[in-house]
Amino acid sequence: MKQAEIDKQTTCYHCGNDCADECIELDKKVFCCNGCREVYSILFQSGLCSYYSYNKHPGVNQAKASKRLDYLKEPSIVRDLIDYSDEKFTTVTFYIPDIHCSSCIWLLEHLNKINPAIYNSRVDFLRKQINIRYDTQLITLHEVVSLLDRIGYEPLISLHDVVKKQAFNKTDNLVKKIAVAGFCFGNVMLLSFPEYLGISAYEQSFRQFFGWLNLAFCLPVLLYSGTGYFKSAWVNLKNKVLNIDFPLALGIAVLFVRTAVEILTHTGAGFADTLCGLTFFLLVGKFVQRKTYYHLSFERDYRSFFPVAVQVIDGENERPVPLSEIQVGQRILIRNNEIIPADAILLKGDARVDFSFVTGESVPVNKVLGEVVYAGGRQTGEAIELEVVKPVSQSYLTRLWNNEAFSRSQENRMQTFSERVIKYFIIALLFIAFGSFFIWVPFNLSRAISAFTAVLIIACPCALALSTPFTMSAALSIFDKNFFYLKNTAVVEQLAHIDTIVLDKTGTITINGETAITAHITATDADRQMIYSVCANSTHPLSQLICHYLSNHTKLTTNSYYEVPGRGITAEVDGHFIKVGSTKFVDMIRAETSSAKKTEVHISIDEKYIGYFTIQQRYRDGVASVQSLSSAYKLYLLSGDRGHERESLSSVFSMDDMFFERTPQEKLDFIKQLQQNGHKVMMIGDGLNDAGALKQSDLGIAITDNVNNFSPGSDAILDGRSLKKLPTFLKFSKDALRVVYISFCISLTYNVVGLSYAVSGKLSPLIAAILMPLSTFTIISFTSLATHLAAKKRKLL
Amino acid sequence: MSIIYFLIGCSVLLALVFLGAFFWAQRNGQHDDLYTPSVRILLDDEPEETRPKK
Repeated sequence: MKQAEIDKQTTCYHCGNDCADECIELDKKVFCCNGCREVYSILFQSGLCSYYSYNKHPGVNQAKASKRLDYLKEPSIVRDLIDYSDEKFTTVTFYIPDIHCSSCIWLLEHLNKINPAIYNSRVDFLRKQINIRYDTQLITLHEVVSLLDRIGYEPLISLHDVVKKQAFNKTDNLVKKIAVAGFCFGNVMLLSFPEYLGISAYEQSFRQFFGWLNLAFCLPVLLYSGTGYFKSAWVNLKNKVLNIDFPLALGIAVLFVRTAVEILTHTGAGFADTLCGLTFFLLVGKFVQRKTYYHLSFERDYRSFFPVAVQVIDGENERPVPLSEIQVGQRILIRNNEIIPADAILLKGDARVDFSFVTGESVPVNKVLGEVVYAGGRQTGEAIELEVVKPVSQSYLTRLWNNEAFSRSQENRMQTFSERVIKYFIIALLFIAFGSFFIWVPFNLSRAISAFTAVLIIACPCALALSTPFTMSAALSIFDKNFFYLKNTAVVEQLAHIDTIVLDKTGTITINGETAITAHITATDADRQMIYSVCANSTHPLSQLICHYLSNHTKLTTNSYYEVPGRGITAEVDGHFIKVGSTKFVDMIRAETSSAKKTEVHISIDEKYIGYFTIQQRYRDGVASVQSLSSAYKLYLLSGDRGHERESLSSVFSMDDMFFERTPQEKLDFIKQLQQNGHKVMMIGDGLNDAGALKQSDLGIAITDNVNNFSPGSDAILDGRSLKKLPTFLKFSKDALRVVYISFCISLTYNVVGLSYAVSGKLSPLIAAILMPLSTFTIISFTSLATHLAAKKRKLL
Repeated sequence: MSIIYFLIGCSVLLALVFLGAFFWAQRNGQHDDLYTPSVRILLDDEPEETRPKK
């Protein structure tokens, strides 16, 4: 009971965060920050407090600074964002990454209680989207978004969303095709039963009636459900490629022709049920293969990282301008935590730009007036003014996207196993079909034709076509349970063929924003308190790290505080003169002997040198397991950062395989070089600077701590927590491939058994009707069982 | 046994109706979001809202 009370007192009612330091109380409830309290009071006034009863602490921490939403008043931007608008109402769809529980759904679907001008709102939980319909006259888009922002659900609006919407709306009716095929399959099976069970002589008229009905049911299957196979086979034949769709289309066509002929000439029952069943199972296989992650995007580029609009200074006024309309020579205003969207010259302000996402440099860079600041950096500190020198699409960073690696189609990356095998399969199939035809011709022409068609029917690689999709989609869902999200099933196979692994440093093997700080100082507690007091005045990230490290001290008053940007701080505390900063700044003599391999902050008190702090990136847990890969794979480190961590990383990578200070373009070229030497390269990276390398590599994995955050375009997204499982993932992908090989052998066995009937020209519809579903069933159950067993063995389940 | 013709006609017609219903649901967007409705049905209506109506 006592424990519960303490718990109540120290965790925020809204977000559940610990709020031991500073508590804000309202209605006997505790909040960790004003943001959380604000959300609560809005919900309380609107009578929406049930929000808190569905889940404990359903909110998301609101401590972060609020964003500027002025750009949503710009009509041209609004037009791009909304789905539909007329004088009465407007509909709009937003992506809200913070949607995570049933309380979120409940609250977001009761928006009209907060503002009646919102008619209704509908949440799609898996896609993390909300569709809002509001009164055009009474409320603007800007007000809707700021309402969402106020209750703690800020929509993520990026340039990419605006563009994506136009390219959307592409469906191929696969579900409808399956429905039609399934419908016909069921009916045809029912109508075929009398034929198989035997019809007495005086009920022969039924046989004809059923035959005609069967033929009628085959028509929609052939003309609607199966058309995809004919089209694909035709396109591939024109390009002189033999793929699996060719024998499938051939099988379907032959099945239909033979069924039609047999029924029309009253010579047999035909293969109507095999035709419908085959098409149905094939389409289901296609459906299974197409796994979609609604909340993930594998096709992101710089546009989803950059803001939609930027504040432009136009004489005296400021106004938001869409990024695409930014012109050279315009003055832009960038505030704290905003991204610089184009290469620009610094005109005013103290620029301290965090380039970790763009270049991989872990420490923010200070820029002086007149210096060029490259696009993609994030300003930390006060607002700055810049003059644009290059358009957004021609910037240092975004130029990377003009590289051919980005326009290259995805298909020619790696041939899958079934693609390689199917050529030989088709040649063998045609050989056997024509062989049996010519052997029978001298004896019996009708038997020759029936043998020829029977071979094409029975050898139709249905089970073969299903083995890869079912295995790979089972593997995909196992990866998915381990926070490793692959773009499609082909990626599993690519994973198994990798022989070289290239890793980025910042954010990939280190954790972004988390640093380990070690003190090498000989100082009394009083000295430490003075250091804390000095650093507490500065907003520089290194000072803040030191403050955090010494946070058990209280701040003393400081006098004559002076900060030299990029170098250090001087101040007076309690009559002592304290210097904090770089070696050169603090102690000139020492600076000449020291080798600046690490990020260091030096301290002197009253001109007496007392030591330094080293600041190092914290490595992910998985680094040790990455090292275990070095026996089976060639490992490279490719970083945009300076090489001051070379030594601490030498336990993982060999000295010659670490490369520092690489530009995004050089990273891409490095991968290309490896590929030209015949390696299959996997790239693991996190930032925009890796985007080119990720795209160029045979398999690009984007690593991220929050899958809803931005990650560059890639083949797979790996949650940072699962990096340690990477060796297991690679082994498991090989297991999955082995399952495909075995299931391939099984389906070949079925084909051989069937062929022994077929070449004799005596294939009865009953055997075809049994063999086809039986082989399909075996393959589906074998692949999913074997894949799950393999996953159990690897402890992935 | 001619009743078979009629019965099969009926069964096919009925099956077609179901197929049509499926198509309608698909076109209507009922299969677009297969998860959220399962959560939504468990959320209660506001008690304060229902009382005054009585």
